[in-house]
Amino acid sequence: MATSSERSPPPFPDSEDQDVLDAEEVRGRDSDEDEDLFGSTSTSPVTEMDTTPTSDVSMKPPSDIMNDPLIEPMSSQTGNKPASEPSDDFFDLTNNVSVVAAAATKSDDFVDILGSETGAQRGEVVKADVTVEATIDRSEVTAGVIDPLSQQEAKQTSTAPVIDLSGDSQPVTSKIADPLVALFSDAPPAAEAKKPSSANVDLFDDEEGSDIFAEPLQTKPAKQPQKSLFGEPDEDVFGEPLGAISKKPVPKELKEKSVTTKVTAGGPLQDSKPADIFSQAAASTPSVTSTVNPKTNGVHSEEDGDIFAAEATVELSLDSPRNERKKEATAKPSAPAPTSLPAAASLAKPQPPALEELEEEEEEEEEDKFDIFVSVKDPEKIGDGMNAYMAYKVSTQTTLPMFRNKTFTVRRRFSDFLGLYEKLSEKHGPNGFIVPPPPEKSLLGMTKVKVGKEDSSSTDFVERRRGALERYLQRVVNHPSLLQDPDVREFLEREELPRAVSTQALSGAGFLKMINKATDAVSKMTIKMNESDVWFEEKLQEVESADQQFRKLHALVESLVVHRKELSLNTASFAKSAAMLGSAEDNTALSRALSQLAEVEDKMEQLHQEQAASDTFTFAEMIADYIRLLGAVRGSFDHRMKAWQRWQDAQSMLQKKRETEAKLLWANKPDKLQLAKEEIAEWEAKVTQYERDFERVSATVRKEVIRFEREKTKNCKRQVITYLECLLQSQQQLIKYWEAFLPEAKAIA
Amino acid sequence: MMEEVKETASVLSVHDDSIKVTEVLKEGDTLTFIIVSQKLSGTGEYHVDRTYEDFEWLQQHLFSQGDVPGIQGVIFPPLPAKPQVNASPRSIKQLGFLALGECQPYCKALETFLQQVAAHSILSKNKAVEVFLTSSDPPGRQKVKKNIFNRLSQAVEEMRKEGHKDVDEFFQNERDHNLILTGCTKTAAEKFLDVVATEQKIAVACGHFSTALHLCVEPGEDPDKQAFSRVCVKLSEVFESIKKNMTSVAENNVNTLGLGLDLESRYQEAEREMLFRRTCKLVELENAQRNVEKAKPVKKAAMEEVKKAAETEFEHTSGVAKQEIARFQGARVEMLQQALVGWCEKQLLTAKESADQFNQHLEVFRGMA
Repeated sequence: MATSSERSPPPFPDSEDQDVLDAEEVRGRDSDEDEDLFGSTSTSPVTEMDTTPTSDVSMKPPSDIMNDPLIEPMSSQTGNKPASEPSDDFFDLTNNVSVVAAAATKSDDFVDILGSETGAQRGEVVKADVTVEATIDRSEVTAGVIDPLSQQEAKQTSTAPVIDLSGDSQPVTSKIADPLVALFSDAPPAAEAKKPSSANVDLFDDEEGSDIFAEPLQTKPAKQPQKSLFGEPDEDVFGEPLGAISKKPVPKELKEKSVTTKVTAGGPLQDSKPADIFSQAAASTPSVTSTVNPKTNGVHSEEDGDIFAAEATVELSLDSPRNERKKEATAKPSAPAPTSLPAAASLAKPQPPALEELEEEEEEEEEDKFDIFVSVKDPEKIGDGMNAYMAYKVSTQTTLPMFRNKTFTVRRRFSDFLGLYEKLSEKHGPNGFIVPPPPEKSLLGMTKVKVGKEDSSSTDFVERRRGALERYLQRVVNHPSLLQDPDVREFLEREELPRAVSTQALSGAGFLKMINKATDAVSKMTIKMNESDVWFEEKLQEVESADQQFRKLHALVESLVVHRKELSLNTASFAKSAAMLGSAEDNTALSRALSQLAEVEDKMEQLHQEQAASDTFTFAEMIADYIRLLGAVRGSFDHRMKAWQRWQDAQSMLQKKRETEAKLLWANKPDKLQLAKEEIAEWEAKVTQYERDFERVSATVRKEVIRFEREKTKNCKRQVITYLECLLQSQQQLIKYWEAFLPEAKAIA
Repeated sequence: MMEEVKETASVLSVHDDSIKVTEVLKEGDTLTFIIVSQKLSGTGEYHVDRTYEDFEWLQQHLFSQGDVPGIQGVIFPPLPAKPQVNASPRSIKQLGFLALGECQPYCKALETFLQQVAAHSILSKNKAVEVFLTSSDPPGRQKVKKNIFNRLSQAVEEMRKEGHKDVDEFFQNERDHNLILTGCTKTAAEKFLDVVATEQKIAVACGHFSTALHLCVEPGEDPDKQAFSRVCVKLSEVFESIKKNMTSVAENNVNTLGLGLDLESRYQEAEREMLFRRTCKLVELENAQRNVEKAKPVKKAAMEEVKKAAETEFEHTSGVAKQEIARFQGARVEMLQQALVGWCEKQLLTAKESADQFNQHLEVFRGMA
C-alpha cells in the first residue's frame, strides 16, 4: 500500500478544482454520455475499450469506469490459487480492499498520467452516480441527473440518487429499486460508522481501508457473515455499493470542511476509493441490466438479484485466493500505465459477452460464469486387439483470456482423462475441494469394444462414456479453482501430453473399492472424532442417504431403460408381423391399411428407441454422475477428517512434550530443558498451523458442498427440462403419426 | 357378422345386439357371468347368471344340431378358452389378451360370442340359445359329453386330412389362404400382446421411479434443499403422468386392436375348423364313391345310397360354407376396421392428453427458475 499512499495525493488537488469542472463537463456531456453508456455497455464495449482508452481518456471515462471494477475480479481470477476459507473471509475482504484500493490508485494513476487534468477521483465518483442515475431514469435524464450533479452538495448527491431510485415511477426501475430501498435503510448506519473512522485521519494506513469495509460488513451482513459469500450475496453486494454511495459524500463533506488540510483530505479520498470501485461495479452492472430489462419488459426483478448475486459470487469467491492476486495487484500499479491499460481492456473482454448472454439466458442464470465450453467428440478406436484404445477429440470454446485461442482441439485418450483426475485430486483433494471424478474404467465394456464388432451394446457403451467424459470435463472447467490449475490448461491446450501412467489403479472394481475404502475410513474416523460442527455431521448423513437414494434411482431408471428397449424391439416385431398380415390379406383396402400400420409401428419403434436413449442419457447418466460425485464429496469429508486427525495428533504430541518438560523440570536437568522448550515451541506452532489447516479445509469443504448442492439442483432442473422437451416432442410426433393413420383406417370399408 | 336377414331374429325373444355381459362374480374357483339382454317385446330385461360350463353347454348344442342341413358348413362363433382364477403361465398364454386386466377383456369376448350366436341366421334358431339367454335356471350344469368336434381328436385327424386336395378350386384357395392368415394373425396378436405387456412393465417401472423420487425429498429450511426437493417432487409427478400415459396406451391397445386381433385369430381358427369339417365330408364322399365303384353288384345299391347321402350332405355343407365364408369375409373386414379406427382414435386422444400434461409440466419447470 505504500505505492497507493504515495500516489494518491497528486490527483487530489486537481479533483478539488475539478469538482465544478467535472459537473459542467458531465452536464455538457450528458446526452452523449447516456448514449455512450448504453451503447458501449450493452452493444460493443469491447472494441471501444480496446481501441480508444489510451488516446482519449477524458472522453471515455465511462468505459474506464466500466473497466476498472470488471478488471479486478478478472485479473484476480487469472491468478487464482485454491486457498480460500470463510474464516478468513474478513481477512480476505480486507485484502480485497487493499487490492482494490491499489487497483483504484492504479487506475487513477494511469488516468492521471494520460489524461493529466481529468479529475479522476472526483470524476469517477460523480460519474458513478451518473451511471446509476442515467440508467435508471432514462426518461428523467435532464431533471434527475443534472440536478444533483450541478448542486454538488454532498448530502444531496447521496440522497438524491437513492430517492430517485426509490421514488421512480417507472415500472422497470421500481422493481430494481425495491432491493435498493430496502438496503438503503441499512446504508446510513454504515455511513455513520464510517464517519468517525475517517475523522480519525489515520488515513494512509491500509487498515483504514479495511476498517471501512469491515464495518459495513459487520453492521449489515453480520446477520449472516458465513453465508455472505454464497447465501445472500445480493444483499451484501447491494449493501456494499449502496453503502459506498452513501459513503461517498462523507469524504466529500470532509473535504469541504477541511480544505486546508489537503493531505489529510487525501486520506478520506483514498478511503472512498474502495467504495468507488464497488459503487462502480454496482453502477455498471445495473447499467447493463437495467438497459436490458426495459427491452425484456423487465419482468424478473428477482433475476436481477440473481445476476448480481452471480457477479458478486464470482468476484468474491475469486478474490479469496490471495497470494498471486496480491502480487499482481502490487505489480500492476507499478507497471507503466499504457501497458496495463490494454491489458486491462483485454481482460475485460470476456465480461461484456457474458453480460450479453445474460440478456438471452434468463433461465440459465449463471451458466456463463465461466465462458468456457468443452466438448468431447469423435470417439475413435486406435490400434487393434487388446492394445487398442479409444481416443476422443476434446474441443474447447472459450473467450477467457487465460487461453491463447478462442477455440482449440486436442486428441486425448481415456487414460489421459484419468491421469488428469489423479493429478487434480492429488493436488486439490487434501484442501477439501470436490474434484469431479471421471467415469470408471470398465474392463468389460472396453473389452467388448476392443474385441467385438460394431454391435449396439458397444456403441452404446462408447456413447455413454463419451457423454460422461464431456460432463466430467465441463464440471472441471466450471470449477473456479480447478480451471486455474496448469494441468487442466495443459490438458485442454497442449498438443502432446505425457502418457498418463498407473491409471490402472482406477480400473473398474478398483475405483469402487477406493470409494468404499474412503467411506469406511470416514465412518471409522467419525467414531473417533467428536464432531464439533453439527453442520458436517448432518451433511455427511445427508450425503450417505442421498447416495443410497441415487443408487436406487439409478437401478430403477436402468430397468426402465431396459423395458423401453424391449418395447422398441417388440414394436419392431409387431410391425413386421403386421406387414406380413397385410401382405397375406386379400381385401385390398385392409391390406393397405395393415401395411400402413406396419409403417406407423416402424416409426414408433424409432420413437421408443429415442425415448430409451433419452432416459439413458438424461436420467441414468446424470444419476450415475451424481453417484460418482457423491463419492467425491465423501472424499472431501474424508480429507477434512484427515486434517483433523493431524491436528489432534499434533496436540497430543505437544501434550507429551509438555509432560517431558515437566519431568525434566522436576528432575532438574536444565541442559535438556532448553531442548524440550524448543520442541514445545515447535509443536505449538505446528498445532496452530494444523488447526488453521483444519479450519481452512473445513471451510472449503463446506463451501464446496454448498456449491455442489446448488449445482445439483440446477443441473437436475435443466436435465428435466430437456427430458420433458424430448418427451413432448415425441408425443407430438406420435400425434402426427396417428393423425396420418386415422384416415387410412377409416378408408378400409 | 350380423348383417344377415333379420327375419330370423323373431326366433329369439331378445335383441341380439343388446346382449351384454355386465358383471363377473368370483366364487372360489368358479366365475359367474351376469348376462343382460333386452326383451324384443318392449321394455324389460332378462338377467341371467351363467358359468363357463353353461357357455360350453350352449356351444355343444350348437355343434350337434343334426337336423339342420349343412350345419357342418357353419363357421361357429368361437368361444374363448376357459378362464382360470389362479391362472398358470400356460393358460395365460393360451388366453392371450383375454387374460389381461380384470376380466373386462374376457367379458367382452364372451359378449361378442353371444351376440354373434344370436345374430347368426342358423344358430339363433336353436332352442338352446333362447334357453341360455332367458331361462333363469342354469342349463348346462350337468357334465356334457365331448362329441366329435372335440378339438383334441381333431388335432390327430387334422394331420391326415388337412392336406387333402380339394375338388373345388374356391375352397382350395380359401383353405390355403386361411392357413396363411391364421398363422399371420396369431403371430400378430402375440407380438401385439408382447408390446402391451412391455408397456405395462414400463408403466410399473415409471411408478416405482416416481415413488423413489418422493424419498429424495429432504426436510429442512435450507432454500437449496427445498429447491432440490421441489424438483424431485415435480419430477415424480412427471413420471406419474408418464405412467398414466403408458397405462392408458396399453389399455387402449388391449380394448381395441388387441381384442380385434384376438377375435380375428379365433375366427380364423373357426373357419379353419369348418373347412376341415367340409374336407372330412369330402373325404367321406370320395370314399363312398370308391366303394360304389369297387362294390359287388349285391351291395352296389346300398353303397349307392350311402354315396348319395354323403353327396347331399357334402353339397349342403359346401353351400352353407360358401355363404358363411362370404359373410365372414365381409364381417371380419368390418370388425378389423372398427378395431383399427377405434384404436387410432383412442391413442390419438391419449397422446393429445399426455402432450398437454407434459406441456404443463414443462411450463412449471421453466417457471421454477
